[in-house]
Amino acid sequence: MAEMQVDVVGVEKKIWSGTAGFVSARTVEGSIGILPGHEPLIAQLREAGVVRVDPTDGEPFHVAAFGGFLSVTAESVTVLAELAELASEIDVAQAKDDLREAEHYIGDSDDQEWRVARDRARARLQAAGESVEQ
Amino acid sequence: MAANLRVLRRRIRSTKNIAQITKAMEMVAASRISKAQARVEASRPYADEFTHVLRTAAKAGASDHPLLTPREEPKRAAIVVVTSDRGLCGGYNANVLRETERLIRRLSDEGKESTLYVIGGKGTAYFRFRNREMSGQFTGFSEVPDYANAAHAADHLTAAFLAGGENEVSVEHDDDEQGESGGERTVMFRAPEDAEGKPGVDEIHVVFTQFRSMLTQTAIALQVAPLDLESEEDDEGSESSSSSEDSDGSDREAEYAFEPEPEVLFDSLLPKYVRARVFAAMLDAAASESAARQRAMKAATDNANDLVDNLVRESNQARQAQITQEISEIVGGSDALAQ
Repeated sequence: MAEMQVDVVGVEKKIWSGTAGFVSARTVEGSIGILPGHEPLIAQLREAGVVRVDPTDGEPFHVAAFGGFLSVTAESVTVLAELAELASEIDVAQAKDDLREAEHYIGDSDDQEWRVARDRARARLQAAGESVEQ
Repeated sequence: MAANLRVLRRRIRSTKNIAQITKAMEMVAASRISKAQARVEASRPYADEFTHVLRTAAKAGASDHPLLTPREEPKRAAIVVVTSDRGLCGGYNANVLRETERLIRRLSDEGKESTLYVIGGKGTAYFRFRNREMSGQFTGFSEVPDYANAAHAADHLTAAFLAGGENEVSVEHDDDEQGESGGERTVMFRAPEDAEGKPGVDEIHVVFTQFRSMLTQTAIALQVAPLDLESEEDDEGSESSSSSEDSDGSDREAEYAFEPEPEVLFDSLLPKYVRARVFAAMLDAAASESAARQRAMKAATDNANDLVDNLVRESNQARQAQITQEISEIVGGSDALAQ
């Protein structure tokens, strides 16, 4: 099977690195799926979004990426994010609390900060495999 | 004589205490250096890849973006000064501040006014004492900076930079549904609320201490924006730029597709770029600070130990003198009795 080098890089450290057969992400313009041999691409990801990686060996996993970019060449995919968290690192209970809190506050004041918090919590939950209504 | 001996013993005791404390600080600093260095190292992949993205986008037609073009007649420049929160680190802060003063002088020779953004308690204290106005002060994290700290400081800078030297920062209070879904410019930069009314700038400089090795840290001033991609490119891109058409070279030079268009992409890259640069400077400075403190504390410990050695010698002498005196007194007394 064709494969490509995938790096998930956060500001503070490299989150994951390895070979994969498929990567999918949501850019500001829509969902994108990347297979090996994709045309070179630089894309901006949603401010809070989920990236899915299907590694060559091992189970597919999700990463919650915030404020990220995607840089693609024929052999490699690099996900650059200001903050990136592997699904296994995400505290689901905490994210649920955050989401509830954010939604509560969005109700009475339509504040940007809470909207960001809500989107982040949603992305975390999605990455962790929890179902979230949009 | 006896009183002298007591004084000496007290001084020995307190000097030993000092040595113990400085020794502890030295070891704490030493363990922090390696941690800080590891963080500098860990943040490098992001910086490298980010530069690549920036360069590719710039080539693809965003080269007239405000980030890349020096402004005509720049009026004001922002200087970010990275100092430490705590002292006891030798000449670390003094060097940074001296470099800052030099930069301010150079800029004013070029007819540019400086506006200061100071990170670290020592720097803010320095400028406050001299009644110099600061546009921003950020303290409380100099030894272990995290990205949120950097982002906060950097957003002030970005806001000032976007405003431009002629104007002041104005924060838009838009309450309408914009951003995330829908709007043609999806992720717009939002200036921090408390940046309102700060003077805008045409250039951003950062003064920080670069960690070269355990023994050498140098205070340097770097221009962050506008960014001069061409001059940076010369380091590595001189031969690869010619081979971009014939595909023998790396695919890095291939035609890229962009989502969204390079111009829009660049708008959202700018604030992140400033954040990354400020963060990198802070990490480097944190490593340097620990190294400087380690060295200063090692010197202090050595000095204290030398002092203890001397004092012990002096007190031995004093004790010996006292004993000799006592003996001669006794001998003298018994001699007088024997007669």
